[in-house]
Amino acid sequence: MGRDPVATTRAWLAQEADWRPSCSVSTLRERGALLAETRAFFAARDVLEVQTPVVGRCTVLDPALDSIATREGRYLQTSPECHMKRLLAAGAPSIYQIAPAFRDGEAGRRHNPEFTMLEWYRVGFDAPALMAEVAALVDSLLGEAPYESLACADLLRERFGVSIDNPHALLELGDTLGLAEPRLDEALDLALAEALSSEAGRRVFVTGFPAALAALARLGDDGRADRFELIVDGVEVANGYHELADAAELAARMEADTERRRVLGKAEIAPDEALLGAHQKGLPDCAGVAMGLDRLLMLKLGAPSLADVMAFSWDRA
Amino acid sequence: MLEGDPCSILDSEFVKPGKGQAFTRVKLRNLITGRVWDRTYRSGEGLPAADVLETEMEFLYDDGEFWHFMKTDGSFEQVAASESVVGEARNWLLAQETCSVTLWNNEPISVTPPNFVELTVAQTDPGLRGDTAQGGVKPAELATGATVRVPLFIEIGDVLRIDTRSGEYVSRVKN
Repeated sequence: MGRDPVATTRAWLAQEADWRPSCSVSTLRERGALLAETRAFFAARDVLEVQTPVVGRCTVLDPALDSIATREGRYLQTSPECHMKRLLAAGAPSIYQIAPAFRDGEAGRRHNPEFTMLEWYRVGFDAPALMAEVAALVDSLLGEAPYESLACADLLRERFGVSIDNPHALLELGDTLGLAEPRLDEALDLALAEALSSEAGRRVFVTGFPAALAALARLGDDGRADRFELIVDGVEVANGYHELADAAELAARMEADTERRRVLGKAEIAPDEALLGAHQKGLPDCAGVAMGLDRLLMLKLGAPSLADVMAFSWDRA
Repeated sequence: MLEGDPCSILDSEFVKPGKGQAFTRVKLRNLITGRVWDRTYRSGEGLPAADVLETEMEFLYDDGEFWHFMKTDGSFEQVAASESVVGEARNWLLAQETCSVTLWNNEPISVTPPNFVELTVAQTDPGLRGDTAQGGVKPAELATGATVRVPLFIEIGDVLRIDTRSGEYVSRVKN
């Protein structure tokens, strides 16, 4: 946005404004059906639908995510994770939510800065149990298909012939993928993104993420994160964890993220003490997953971009 | 500017693994050599803008080989652009249309039509009465020779508003 937001908006309205939605009426019907089917899926499994605030005092510390802030210094959620975990700590049973999520600057064919997230938590589930449920939901929404499971290390070896534990080879790969002077974490992110997007025509659960990419997943006995992603047709549609419950470990990760934000020159964000408080009270043993419903609809309809399945994409909103 | 030559961005894809950093994968065409490059940039990273001049020019005529444009600043200075420089813009250009011509060392390197143009329908099949509620479409050839998909009620001689970026019909201006 330019120096004068109102003038920018006026210029846009005068020159570019197109009142029409970015998707067709028949796609609106498909979207409505997808939402109804999702709710029916959880009703049949006795998972409770909840609503939590979209605007909160705290937001994610992950340096790779940019939150949209309000004038009062609150944030639009990047996911409903923190509020939902506070519900779990307060004794809520398995819960799900369909909510808007916001990520500043993420715009492209498969990204829209505002999107619809389906997030759910299953008390007493581990990652394999939740992966089975994710597969059941995707089968019911997209039709049945086989699922494969692939560890990050295997994915990089298969696609690029590179070992995930070989920093030198990863840096060289980053360079080959067109990134000038990559850092190790950048090379790994880019290599994974490239490898995942090339899995066309398959449904793949990717597991065995390096500990550095654990986010809020607990670590397994093998030292890898107990985290999974579902890739459908080369598109990332879900990201799940066997949730980290240890309050001390959470505090340490928050501190590490705060430090990384500082090093990268990102805006300072106050760590979410309420989330920490919930973990100190005790988060039940649970697994949780977030799924991009717009992307699922895009895949279901074979649409070329998210804009084709949203009533109004970012450029028309 | 990349490696000393001006480039145009053919395609750019925002890439971001769920819990990772954002990248933009860009396909660039070197405007001098025509060579296509694939590059990856970090979020927030930029390239130096080429020292090119974007000027408003009026399209005069094409002679089959070159498209001729004239500056609108009163200098009446003219430039000739080859077919490869004009590219898809030729679908939307009628004589006297004003468009944006990018000059590098006074040579045209790209031509951008206005985002919206109004063009007359030169040829289309008659629409079927009563079919309009179904949202049916049919092809229509415009005065420039370009073909767009239009609603069934459009007739020969109608003036249509076209979005040149997508090549799509927007509305009927008059008939």
